[in-house]
Amino acid sequence: MDSRTILAELPRLRRYARAMLGDRAAADDLVQDTLERAWSRFSQWRPGSDLRAWLFGIMHNLRVDQLRRGVVATHSLDEEADDVPTRATQTDRLEVMDIESALRQLPDEQREVLLCVALEEMSYAEVAAALGIPVGTVMSRLSRGRERLRQIMEGRPSTANLRVVR
Amino acid sequence: MSPLNITEDDLHAYVDGALPAERRAEVDAYLAEYPEDAERVEAYRAQNRALKALFDPVLDEPLPEHLHALTVQPLNATVGPKKRPFLNFLALQRLAAGVLVAMVGGIGGWLAHGQYQGGEQLARAVPLPHQAAVAHVVYSPDARRPVEVAADQEEALVKWLSKRLGTPVKPPKLGALGYELVGGRLLPGNAGPVAQFMYQDATGQRMTLYVTTESAGKPETGFRFAREGEINVFYWVEGKFGYALSAAIAKGELAKVATAVYDQLDVK
Repeated sequence: MDSRTILAELPRLRRYARAMLGDRAAADDLVQDTLERAWSRFSQWRPGSDLRAWLFGIMHNLRVDQLRRGVVATHSLDEEADDVPTRATQTDRLEVMDIESALRQLPDEQREVLLCVALEEMSYAEVAAALGIPVGTVMSRLSRGRERLRQIMEGRPSTANLRVVR
Repeated sequence: MSPLNITEDDLHAYVDGALPAERRAEVDAYLAEYPEDAERVEAYRAQNRALKALFDPVLDEPLPEHLHALTVQPLNATVGPKKRPFLNFLALQRLAAGVLVAMVGGIGGWLAHGQYQGGEQLARAVPLPHQAAVAHVVYSPDARRPVEVAADQEEALVKWLSKRLGTPVKPPKLGALGYELVGGRLLPGNAGPVAQFMYQDATGQRMTLYVTTESAGKPETGFRFAREGEINVFYWVEGKFGYALSAAIAKGELAKVATAVYDQLDVK
Protein backbone atom coordinates (compact mmCIF):
# COMPACT_ATOMS: atom_id res chain seq x y z
CA MET A 1 0.00 0.00 0.00
CA ASP A 2 1.67 3.15 -1.16
CA SER A 3 0.72 6.51 -2.59
CA ARG A 4 0.39 5.30 -6.13
CA THR A 5 -1.82 2.33 -5.44
CA ILE A 6 -4.03 4.39 -3.17
CA LEU A 7 -4.22 7.11 -5.77
CA ALA A 8 -5.33 4.54 -8.33
CA GLU A 9 -8.25 3.48 -6.12
CA LEU A 10 -9.42 6.96 -5.21
CA PRO A 11 -11.59 7.72 -8.25
CA ARG A 12 -13.58 4.54 -7.79
CA LEU A 13 -14.01 5.11 -4.08
CA ARG A 14 -15.31 8.58 -4.83
CA ARG A 15 -17.67 7.33 -7.52
CA TYR A 16 -19.10 4.70 -5.23
CA ALA A 17 -19.46 7.10 -2.30
CA ARG A 18 -21.20 9.64 -4.52
CA ALA A 19 -23.63 7.05 -5.80
CA MET A 20 -24.20 5.77 -2.30
CA LEU A 21 -24.77 9.14 -0.62
CA GLY A 22 -25.83 11.38 -3.47
CA ASP A 23 -24.27 14.45 -1.93
CA ARG A 24 -20.83 15.39 -3.21
CA ALA A 25 -19.40 16.90 -0.03
CA ALA A 26 -20.72 14.11 2.16
CA ALA A 27 -19.29 11.55 -0.25
CA ASP A 28 -15.83 13.12 -0.22
CA ASP A 29 -15.96 13.33 3.57
CA LEU A 30 -16.65 9.63 3.64
CA VAL A 31 -13.73 8.96 1.29
CA GLN A 32 -11.50 11.09 3.50
CA ASP A 33 -12.55 9.20 6.62
CA THR A 34 -11.95 5.96 4.76
CA LEU A 35 -8.40 6.93 3.84
CA GLU A 36 -7.64 8.09 7.35
CA ARG A 37 -8.89 4.87 8.83
CA ALA A 38 -7.03 2.86 6.19
CA TRP A 39 -3.76 4.54 7.11
CA SER A 40 -4.35 4.06 10.80
CA ARG A 41 -4.87 0.34 10.21
CA PHE A 42 -2.64 -0.28 7.36
CA SER A 43 -0.51 -2.72 9.31
CA GLN A 44 -3.58 -4.95 9.08
CA TRP A 45 -3.51 -4.97 5.34
CA ARG A 46 -1.77 -7.97 3.87
CA PRO A 47 0.42 -7.05 0.92
CA GLY A 48 -0.77 -8.84 -2.18
CA SER A 49 -4.39 -8.98 -1.05
CA ASP A 50 -7.05 -6.97 -2.81
CA LEU A 51 -6.55 -3.35 -1.76
CA ARG A 52 -9.78 -2.27 -3.38
CA ALA A 53 -11.93 -4.75 -1.52
CA TRP A 54 -10.18 -3.76 1.70
CA LEU A 55 -10.87 -0.08 1.16
CA PHE A 56 -14.49 -0.72 0.19
CA GLY A 57 -14.85 -2.79 3.32
CA ILE A 58 -13.51 0.04 5.46
CA MET A 59 -15.88 2.47 3.79
CA HIS A 60 -18.78 0.12 4.34
CA ASN A 61 -17.97 -0.26 8.03
CA LEU A 62 -17.62 3.49 8.48
CA ARG A 63 -20.99 3.98 6.90
CA VAL A 64 -22.56 1.34 9.10
CA ASP A 65 -21.07 3.14 12.12
CA GLN A 66 -22.43 6.45 10.91
CA LEU A 67 -25.88 5.04 10.36
CA ARG A 68 -25.84 3.46 13.77
CA ARG A 69 -24.87 6.74 15.37
CA GLY A 70 -27.49 8.51 13.33
CA VAL A 71 -24.94 10.84 11.76
CA VAL A 72 -26.39 10.39 8.33
CA ALA A 73 -30.02 11.12 7.80
CA THR A 74 -31.70 8.10 6.37
CA HIS A 75 -35.04 6.48 6.26
CA SER A 76 -34.17 3.16 7.70
CA LEU A 77 -36.04 0.46 5.95
CA ASP A 78 -35.91 -2.96 7.30
CA GLU A 79 -34.99 -5.40 4.63
CA GLU A 80 -37.92 -7.55 5.50
CA ALA A 81 -40.22 -4.57 5.10
CA ASP A 82 -39.81 -4.66 1.34
CA ASP A 83 -43.45 -5.06 0.60
CA VAL A 84 -44.72 -2.47 3.03
CA PRO A 85 -45.84 0.69 1.27
CA THR A 86 -43.40 3.36 2.33
CA ARG A 87 -44.77 6.29 0.45
CA ALA A 88 -47.76 5.65 -1.70
CA THR A 89 -48.10 9.12 -3.08
CA GLN A 90 -49.59 9.98 -6.39
CA THR A 91 -46.23 10.94 -7.75
CA ASP A 92 -45.03 7.44 -7.26
CA ARG A 93 -47.82 6.11 -9.34
CA LEU A 94 -47.87 8.60 -12.15
CA GLU A 95 -44.33 9.54 -12.87
CA VAL A 96 -41.56 7.52 -14.24
CA MET A 97 -38.63 8.29 -12.02
CA ASP A 98 -35.11 8.95 -13.03
CA ILE A 99 -32.66 6.41 -11.75
CA GLU A 100 -30.99 8.74 -9.29
CA SER A 101 -34.13 9.49 -7.31
CA ALA A 102 -35.14 5.87 -7.58
CA LEU A 103 -31.79 4.82 -6.18
CA ARG A 104 -32.35 7.06 -3.14
CA GLN A 105 -35.47 5.10 -2.32
CA LEU A 106 -33.70 1.79 -2.04
CA PRO A 107 -32.86 0.55 1.43
CA ASP A 108 -29.19 1.04 2.21
CA GLU A 109 -28.30 -2.64 2.12
CA GLN A 110 -29.79 -3.10 -1.33
CA ARG A 111 -28.32 0.08 -2.77
CA GLU A 112 -24.89 -0.88 -1.52
CA VAL A 113 -24.93 -4.33 -3.09
CA LEU A 114 -26.44 -3.09 -6.32
CA LEU A 115 -23.80 -0.39 -6.69
CA CYS A 116 -20.92 -2.75 -5.93
CA VAL A 117 -22.18 -5.08 -8.66
CA ALA A 118 -23.63 -2.76 -11.28
CA LEU A 119 -21.34 0.25 -10.92
CA GLU A 120 -18.13 -1.18 -9.51
CA GLU A 121 -18.42 -4.46 -11.41
CA MET A 122 -17.22 -6.46 -8.45
CA SER A 123 -17.82 -10.19 -8.52
CA TYR A 124 -20.42 -11.53 -6.11
CA ALA A 125 -17.67 -13.11 -4.05
CA GLU A 126 -15.81 -9.80 -3.86
CA VAL A 127 -18.94 -8.01 -2.72
CA ALA A 128 -19.50 -10.65 -0.07
CA ALA A 129 -15.92 -10.26 1.17
CA ALA A 130 -15.99 -6.47 1.19
CA LEU A 131 -19.31 -6.22 3.00
CA GLY A 132 -18.75 -9.17 5.28
CA ILE A 133 -21.91 -11.04 4.28
CA PRO A 134 -22.52 -14.45 2.71
CA VAL A 135 -22.79 -14.67 -1.08
CA GLY A 136 -26.39 -15.86 -0.68
CA THR A 137 -27.22 -12.59 1.05
CA VAL A 138 -25.50 -10.66 -1.72
CA MET A 139 -27.72 -12.43 -4.25
CA SER A 140 -30.96 -11.87 -2.38
CA ARG A 141 -30.22 -8.18 -1.79
CA LEU A 142 -29.21 -7.76 -5.42
CA SER A 143 -32.39 -9.43 -6.57
CA ARG A 144 -34.62 -7.36 -4.33
CA GLY A 145 -32.76 -4.16 -5.08
CA ARG A 146 -32.97 -4.56 -8.82
CA GLU A 147 -36.61 -5.46 -8.79
CA ARG A 148 -37.51 -2.68 -6.44
CA LEU A 149 -35.62 -0.18 -8.55
CA ARG A 150 -37.46 -1.39 -11.62
CA GLN A 151 -40.82 -1.02 -9.93
CA ILE A 152 -40.03 2.49 -8.74
CA MET A 153 -38.74 3.55 -12.13
CA GLU A 154 -41.72 2.19 -13.96
CA GLY A 155 -43.88 4.24 -11.69
CA ARG A 156 -45.64 1.29 -10.19
CA PRO A 157 -46.81 1.64 -6.65
CA SER A 158 -44.30 0.12 -4.33
CA THR A 159 -47.08 -1.73 -2.62
CA ALA A 160 -46.83 -4.58 -5.08
CA ASN A 161 -45.36 -7.76 -3.87
CA LEU A 162 -41.84 -7.61 -5.12
CA ARG A 163 -40.98 -11.17 -4.53
CA VAL A 164 -40.38 -12.95 -7.77
CA VAL A 165 -41.33 -16.49 -7.27
CA ARG A 166 -41.01 -19.18 -9.78
CA MET B 1 -38.03 -23.98 -11.68
CA SER B 2 -37.80 -23.95 -15.42
CA PRO B 3 -37.07 -27.02 -17.48
CA LEU B 4 -33.52 -25.79 -17.90
CA ASN B 5 -33.19 -25.30 -14.19
CA ILE B 6 -32.46 -21.59 -14.58
CA THR B 7 -32.40 -19.89 -11.20
CA GLU B 8 -32.84 -16.28 -10.16
CA ASP B 9 -29.10 -16.17 -9.47
CA ASP B 10 -28.44 -17.28 -13.04
CA LEU B 11 -30.48 -14.40 -14.35
CA HIS B 12 -28.46 -11.89 -12.34
CA ALA B 13 -25.16 -13.47 -13.33
CA TYR B 14 -26.43 -13.25 -16.91
CA VAL B 15 -27.15 -9.54 -16.49
CA ASP B 16 -23.68 -8.99 -15.03
CA GLY B 17 -21.90 -11.03 -17.69
CA ALA B 18 -20.66 -13.47 -15.08
CA LEU B 19 -21.86 -16.70 -16.69
CA PRO B 20 -19.72 -19.12 -18.68
CA ALA B 21 -20.66 -19.25 -22.37
CA GLU B 22 -22.49 -22.54 -22.14
CA ARG B 23 -24.72 -21.46 -19.31
CA ARG B 24 -25.32 -18.15 -21.00
CA ALA B 25 -26.66 -19.97 -24.04
CA GLU B 26 -29.06 -21.88 -21.80
CA VAL B 27 -30.30 -18.67 -20.26
CA ASP B 28 -30.79 -17.23 -23.75
CA ALA B 29 -32.93 -20.21 -24.63
CA TYR B 30 -34.88 -19.86 -21.43
CA LEU B 31 -35.52 -16.16 -21.91
CA ALA B 32 -36.85 -16.80 -25.40
CA GLU B 33 -39.58 -18.84 -23.75
CA TYR B 34 -40.32 -16.58 -20.80
CA PRO B 35 -40.89 -13.03 -22.04
CA GLU B 36 -41.64 -11.66 -18.57
CA ASP B 37 -38.24 -12.69 -17.32
CA ALA B 38 -36.67 -11.44 -20.54
CA GLU B 39 -38.23 -8.05 -19.90
CA ARG B 40 -36.97 -8.05 -16.36
CA VAL B 41 -33.44 -8.96 -17.44
CA GLU B 42 -33.49 -6.18 -20.01
CA ALA B 43 -34.62 -3.71 -17.34
CA TYR B 44 -31.76 -4.76 -15.04
CA ARG B 45 -29.25 -4.34 -17.84
CA ALA B 46 -30.66 -0.91 -18.51
CA GLN B 47 -30.14 -0.11 -14.79
CA ASN B 48 -26.50 -1.10 -15.06
CA ARG B 49 -26.05 1.15 -18.07
CA ALA B 50 -27.92 4.04 -16.48
CA LEU B 51 -25.90 3.85 -13.26
CA LYS B 52 -22.66 3.85 -15.21
CA ALA B 53 -23.76 6.76 -17.33
CA LEU B 54 -24.81 8.70 -14.25
CA PHE B 55 -21.77 8.14 -12.03
CA ASP B 56 -18.86 7.40 -14.35
CA PRO B 57 -18.19 11.13 -14.80
CA VAL B 58 -17.10 11.21 -11.14
CA LEU B 59 -14.03 9.19 -12.19
CA ASP B 60 -12.81 12.09 -14.26
CA GLU B 61 -13.38 14.81 -11.70
CA PRO B 62 -10.18 16.34 -10.38
CA LEU B 63 -9.30 15.08 -6.93
CA PRO B 64 -9.75 17.63 -4.16
CA GLU B 65 -6.40 18.53 -2.65
CA HIS B 66 -7.23 17.23 0.78
CA LEU B 67 -7.96 13.78 -0.64
CA HIS B 68 -4.87 13.86 -2.73
CA ALA B 69 -2.85 14.68 0.37
CA LEU B 70 -4.21 11.54 2.03
CA THR B 71 -2.65 9.27 -0.55
CA VAL B 72 0.53 9.84 1.45
CA GLN B 73 0.74 8.18 4.80
CA PRO B 74 0.12 10.74 7.53
CA LEU B 75 2.77 11.10 10.22
CA ASN B 76 0.52 10.02 13.03
CA ALA B 77 -0.61 6.81 11.35
CA THR B 78 0.02 3.57 13.15
CA VAL B 79 2.72 1.99 11.10
CA GLY B 80 3.28 -1.23 12.95
CA PRO B 81 6.72 -2.59 13.68
CA LYS B 82 8.21 -1.55 10.35
CA LYS B 83 8.69 2.16 9.93
CA ARG B 84 7.96 3.56 6.53
CA PRO B 85 10.87 5.35 5.01
CA PHE B 86 8.96 8.56 4.43
CA LEU B 87 7.37 11.22 6.58
CA ASN B 88 8.25 9.74 9.90
CA PHE B 89 10.43 11.16 12.59
CA LEU B 90 13.61 10.10 10.88
CA ALA B 91 12.52 12.04 7.86
CA LEU B 92 12.09 15.09 10.05
CA GLN B 93 15.62 14.67 11.31
CA ARG B 94 16.95 14.46 7.81
CA LEU B 95 14.94 17.50 7.01
CA ALA B 96 16.70 19.41 9.72
CA ALA B 97 20.03 18.17 8.52
CA GLY B 98 19.66 20.25 5.44
CA VAL B 99 17.80 18.04 3.06
CA LEU B 100 14.23 19.11 2.72
CA VAL B 101 11.60 16.59 1.95
CA ALA B 102 8.86 17.99 -0.16
CA MET B 103 5.76 15.92 -0.33
CA VAL B 104 3.80 18.03 -2.69
CA GLY B 105 0.57 16.81 -4.14
CA GLY B 106 1.19 13.26 -3.07
CA ILE B 107 4.40 12.95 -5.01
CA GLY B 108 7.41 12.45 -2.81
CA GLY B 109 10.33 14.45 -4.00
CA TRP B 110 13.71 15.16 -2.60
CA LEU B 111 14.77 18.72 -2.82
CA ALA B 112 18.25 19.80 -1.95
CA HIS B 113 18.32 23.18 -0.36
CA GLY B 114 21.79 24.49 0.28
CA GLN B 115 21.11 27.55 2.35
CA TYR B 116 19.48 25.72 5.18
CA GLN B 117 22.07 24.00 7.33
CA GLY B 118 20.88 22.65 10.63
CA GLY B 119 23.85 20.47 11.45
CA GLU B 120 23.42 19.48 15.07
CA GLN B 121 21.35 16.52 16.13
CA LEU B 122 17.88 17.46 17.10
CA ALA B 123 16.30 16.87 20.42
CA ARG B 124 13.40 14.47 20.15
CA ALA B 125 10.80 17.15 19.77
CA VAL B 126 11.62 19.76 17.19
CA PRO B 127 11.21 23.24 18.70
CA LEU B 128 8.29 25.25 17.42
CA PRO B 129 10.17 28.07 15.65
CA HIS B 130 12.43 25.59 13.95
CA GLN B 131 9.53 23.46 12.70
CA ALA B 132 7.75 26.55 11.48
CA ALA B 133 10.81 27.92 9.71
CA VAL B 134 11.47 24.62 7.94
CA ALA B 135 7.85 24.44 6.84
CA HIS B 136 8.09 28.01 5.62
CA VAL B 137 11.24 27.29 3.63
CA VAL B 138 9.75 24.16 2.10
CA TYR B 139 6.45 25.54 0.96
CA SER B 140 6.66 29.28 0.47
CA PRO B 141 8.90 29.13 -2.66
CA ASP B 142 6.45 26.78 -4.31
CA ALA B 143 4.95 28.74 -7.15
CA ARG B 144 2.60 26.13 -8.46
CA ARG B 145 1.17 24.61 -5.31
CA PRO B 146 2.08 26.59 -2.22
CA VAL B 147 -1.08 25.47 -0.40
CA GLU B 148 -3.34 22.48 -0.38
CA VAL B 149 -6.56 24.43 -0.18
CA ALA B 150 -6.68 27.92 -1.62
CA ALA B 151 -8.17 31.00 -0.01
CA ASP B 152 -11.11 31.06 -2.41
CA GLN B 153 -12.32 28.00 -0.53
CA GLU B 154 -11.68 29.51 2.86
CA GLU B 155 -14.74 27.98 4.43
CA ALA B 156 -13.73 24.48 3.35
CA LEU B 157 -10.18 25.20 4.47
CA VAL B 158 -11.28 26.23 7.95
CA LYS B 159 -13.60 23.27 8.25
CA TRP B 160 -11.00 20.80 7.09
CA LEU B 161 -8.11 22.07 9.23
CA SER B 162 -10.35 22.39 12.27
CA LYS B 163 -11.46 18.83 11.80
CA ARG B 164 -7.95 17.51 11.43
CA LEU B 165 -6.57 19.48 14.38
CA GLY B 166 -9.58 18.54 16.45
CA THR B 167 -10.27 22.13 17.43
CA PRO B 168 -11.48 25.23 15.60
CA VAL B 169 -8.74 27.15 13.82
CA LYS B 170 -9.17 30.19 11.65
CA PRO B 171 -6.73 32.25 9.61
CA PRO B 172 -6.46 35.87 10.85
CA LYS B 173 -7.18 38.62 8.36
CA LEU B 174 -4.05 40.58 7.54
CA GLY B 175 -5.28 42.54 4.53
CA ALA B 176 -4.91 45.82 6.40
CA LEU B 177 -1.17 45.12 6.64
CA GLY B 178 -0.92 44.22 2.98
CA TYR B 179 -0.93 40.45 3.38
CA GLU B 180 -3.68 38.43 1.73
CA LEU B 181 -4.42 34.81 2.52
CA VAL B 182 -3.18 32.40 -0.15
CA GLY B 183 -4.53 29.29 1.55
CA GLY B 184 -3.45 26.60 3.92
CA ARG B 185 -2.22 23.10 4.32
CA LEU B 186 -1.85 20.35 6.84
CA LEU B 187 1.61 19.27 7.95
CA PRO B 188 3.10 16.65 10.23
CA GLY B 189 4.20 18.07 13.58
CA ASN B 190 6.05 16.23 16.32
CA ALA B 191 3.18 13.92 17.10
CA GLY B 192 0.23 14.93 15.00
CA PRO B 193 -1.15 17.34 12.46
CA VAL B 194 -0.38 21.05 12.43
CA ALA B 195 -1.81 23.74 10.19
CA GLN B 196 0.03 26.20 8.03
CA PHE B 197 -1.64 29.31 6.63
CA MET B 198 0.14 31.18 3.90
CA TYR B 199 -0.07 34.88 3.11
CA GLN B 200 1.41 36.98 0.38
CA ASP B 201 1.85 40.70 -0.16
CA ALA B 202 1.60 42.63 -3.41
CA THR B 203 5.28 42.03 -4.20
CA GLY B 204 4.90 38.28 -3.81
CA GLN B 205 6.64 38.20 -0.42
CA ARG B 206 5.24 35.25 1.48
CA MET B 207 4.60 34.81 5.16
CA THR B 208 3.37 31.69 6.91
CA LEU B 209 1.49 31.24 10.15
CA TYR B 210 2.08 27.87 11.73
CA VAL B 211 -0.55 26.69 14.20
CA THR B 212 -0.03 23.67 16.40
CA THR B 213 -1.99 22.13 19.22
CA GLU B 214 1.07 20.34 20.50
CA SER B 215 1.82 23.18 22.87
CA ALA B 216 -1.27 22.34 24.90
CA GLY B 217 -0.44 22.26 28.57
CA LYS B 218 2.74 24.29 28.16
CA PRO B 219 2.94 27.60 29.96
CA GLU B 220 1.82 30.57 27.92
CA THR B 221 4.57 32.75 26.63
CA GLY B 222 4.87 36.28 25.38
CA PHE B 223 6.34 36.93 21.97
CA ARG B 224 9.59 35.24 21.33
CA PHE B 225 11.85 35.76 18.42
CA ALA B 226 14.07 33.31 16.60
CA ARG B 227 16.18 33.54 13.54
CA GLU B 228 16.52 30.44 11.39
CA GLY B 229 18.84 31.12 8.50
CA GLU B 230 17.22 33.92 6.55
CA ILE B 231 13.87 33.35 8.14
CA ASN B 232 12.68 35.44 11.06
CA VAL B 233 10.16 33.81 13.32
CA PHE B 234 7.93 35.24 16.02
CA TYR B 235 6.30 32.59 18.13
CA TRP B 236 4.18 32.34 21.22
CA VAL B 237 1.99 29.92 23.12
CA GLU B 238 -1.50 30.85 24.11
CA GLY B 239 -4.24 28.58 25.39
CA LYS B 240 -3.96 25.25 23.68
CA PHE B 241 -2.26 26.69 20.62
CA GLY B 242 1.30 27.38 19.70
CA TYR B 243 1.74 29.95 16.94
CA ALA B 244 4.73 30.81 14.81
CA LEU B 245 4.82 33.52 12.19
CA SER B 246 7.66 33.15 9.69
CA ALA B 247 8.91 35.26 6.82
CA ALA B 248 12.12 36.46 5.25
CA ILE B 249 11.37 40.06 6.19
CA ALA B 250 12.79 42.52 8.71
CA LYS B 251 12.20 41.80 12.35
CA GLY B 252 10.36 45.10 12.89
CA GLU B 253 7.89 44.51 10.07
CA LEU B 254 7.29 40.94 11.16
CA ALA B 255 6.67 42.11 14.72
CA LYS B 256 3.91 44.41 13.48
CA VAL B 257 2.15 41.56 11.72
CA ALA B 258 2.66 39.24 14.68
CA THR B 259 1.00 41.81 16.93
CA ALA B 260 -1.97 42.01 14.56
CA VAL B 261 -2.25 38.23 14.49
CA TYR B 262 -2.04 38.09 18.26
CA ASP B 263 -4.73 40.74 18.66
CA GLN B 264 -7.14 39.02 16.34
CA LEU B 265 -6.71 35.64 17.93
CA ASP B 266 -7.04 37.23 21.32
CA VAL B 267 -10.40 38.80 20.50
CA LYS B 268 -11.69 35.40 19.46
